[in-house]
Amino acid sequence: MPDAPGLELIAHEINDRHAGAITGTSYEHAQAALIVDPQRIREVLSHLRDAPEHEYRFLASLHGADYLPADPRFAVHYELLNMPRVERLRVKAPLVDPGPDALPEIDSVFELFPSVEFPEREVYDLFGILFRDHPDLRRILMPEDYVGWPQRRDFPIGGDPVIFTNNEHTVPGWVR
Amino acid sequence: MSIADTTRTEKQLGRDAIARTEAQVIGTSPIERTALEREEELFTINMGPHHPATHGVLRLLVSLEGEVVRDLKPVMGYLHTGIEKSMETKSYWKAITFIERMDYLAYFFNMEAFCGAVEKLLELEIPPRAAYLRIIHMELNRIHSHLVGLGTTSLDLGAISMLWYAFRERDKILDLFEMSSGQRMHTRYFQVGGVIEDIPVGFEKRVLEFCDEMPKRIDQYEALIDQNEIFLQRTRNTGVVSKERLLELGVTGPLLRAAGEPWDLRKVSDYLPYKDFEFQIPIGTTGDNYDRYRVRMDEMRESVKIIRQAIEGLPEGPFSSDDRKVVLPPRHELSTSMEALIHHFKLVTEGFRVPPGEVYFPIEGPRGELGCFVVADGSAKPARVHMRDPSFTNLQALRDMCVGGYVADLIANLAMLDPIIGGIDR
Repeated sequence: MPDAPGLELIAHEINDRHAGAITGTSYEHAQAALIVDPQRIREVLSHLRDAPEHEYRFLASLHGADYLPADPRFAVHYELLNMPRVERLRVKAPLVDPGPDALPEIDSVFELFPSVEFPEREVYDLFGILFRDHPDLRRILMPEDYVGWPQRRDFPIGGDPVIFTNNEHTVPGWVR
Repeated sequence: MSIADTTRTEKQLGRDAIARTEAQVIGTSPIERTALEREEELFTINMGPHHPATHGVLRLLVSLEGEVVRDLKPVMGYLHTGIEKSMETKSYWKAITFIERMDYLAYFFNMEAFCGAVEKLLELEIPPRAAYLRIIHMELNRIHSHLVGLGTTSLDLGAISMLWYAFRERDKILDLFEMSSGQRMHTRYFQVGGVIEDIPVGFEKRVLEFCDEMPKRIDQYEALIDQNEIFLQRTRNTGVVSKERLLELGVTGPLLRAAGEPWDLRKVSDYLPYKDFEFQIPIGTTGDNYDRYRVRMDEMRESVKIIRQAIEGLPEGPFSSDDRKVVLPPRHELSTSMEALIHHFKLVTEGFRVPPGEVYFPIEGPRGELGCFVVADGSAKPARVHMRDPSFTNLQALRDMCVGGYVADLIANLAMLDPIIGGIDR
């Protein structure tokens, strides 16, 4: 883990090269996080991966999160890892909710880290965040014909009708 | 390393050099380089979701040319139960029950990842005895998980008796879990702040007996499998993927170590006091299915070593933190102390509040990096829990393992990948 001053140094260094790409930092519970302008996520991750002073070459995990009612509402988290130095760095890309008729969008980083193929599909499936240029962006855990984004905070729990044998003719309408 | 060097090392290892170089090519550039005859027609079939060799309900869309796999896409979600969503409606102490049901062969690891993340958010230290008890149970769980993996893998490769031997030792481990926690599976033994209960009298002796027996059993398994011609032919030089490619695909755990990368969070991270123990990280050389099997066998031996050292050095003291705002008060205090009764009531009805924050807590599970990401919003329920399950990420490597090989090898590759569908679908 970079410590708090180390994190600020990384943020300044990236902002010197890619002006305005880092909008903030957070350091809590000994975990460092860079908050990144979502439009420039690919630049920043590519820099963090390839620059010799960073070399975060392993993307351990990718999470989506919904911070309703906060604004920006969504965020995608990238857990970077430098294996030789055993340093972890989280990159957080906050995403504004574009309203009920559109989906938030962010660039896919599949070209940089092929390991995000399934995780990005998962975040798309559960949060409805579109990853531009993902090679195969389909639902992964929910059925292909599912409607809605179940992990969003305003998605009700227990809303699906339960199919019993006495109502299976009417509730899903599979059996005619 | 040049080809000539490779050949020399291979000769020293007594392996078939030509077969190995060909197998390596399969991992990186599948279609052009395989020296198999091209037929005209591609045939796409479903394997699964109901196929015994898929270890659950995993569906594979396989494009075949004759018997050769040309493309493969896993389709999953048949076991998706929305555990992460359900956890957002449960208080932290109830969510533990949920999370251990994700990867159902690694329940202690799921609990540790979640409890560790919450402890980090609370800035709560667990007492040394609790940490040791957690290590003992997690390492027993690792052996258990590898035994199930070994048994089902052997079954897929036609060695049926191996399954029963492996499940015999697995049952002994379940007996130990039952002794300490009252449950054989899904024990909910860990809680935020430590463990739920101290181990009973006689548990240490039983564990040590198990530690004496297990290495002999592993010897017996090896005697059964290691020189079995069929097993060797099915596993050696099949499913090879290079270390670099595995790292690109985010693969961790025994699969990565079998390819020669000694990456183990127990050594490099200090989530639990593993530095007190002497153990080694087994690694492979070529990264074929045989190496994966060998790495898992040796990991079981190392786990036995850790368990023995942990039992012998088990510190005295409390088994759980004494922070009464988080941990339930002991039962006997409820009848004498009003404060204890109030806290018990508040903890059970409302749960404890966790200050706002975000934490990612990775641990070394039996299948690789098991990370729990928890977002707390200050209430008694988590705002978001996400499990980075190693089965889910490792499954991305299946295509690289299988393309260019035979269908029969696909079964071996999948078995050696050891995915747990409960962890993939969550």
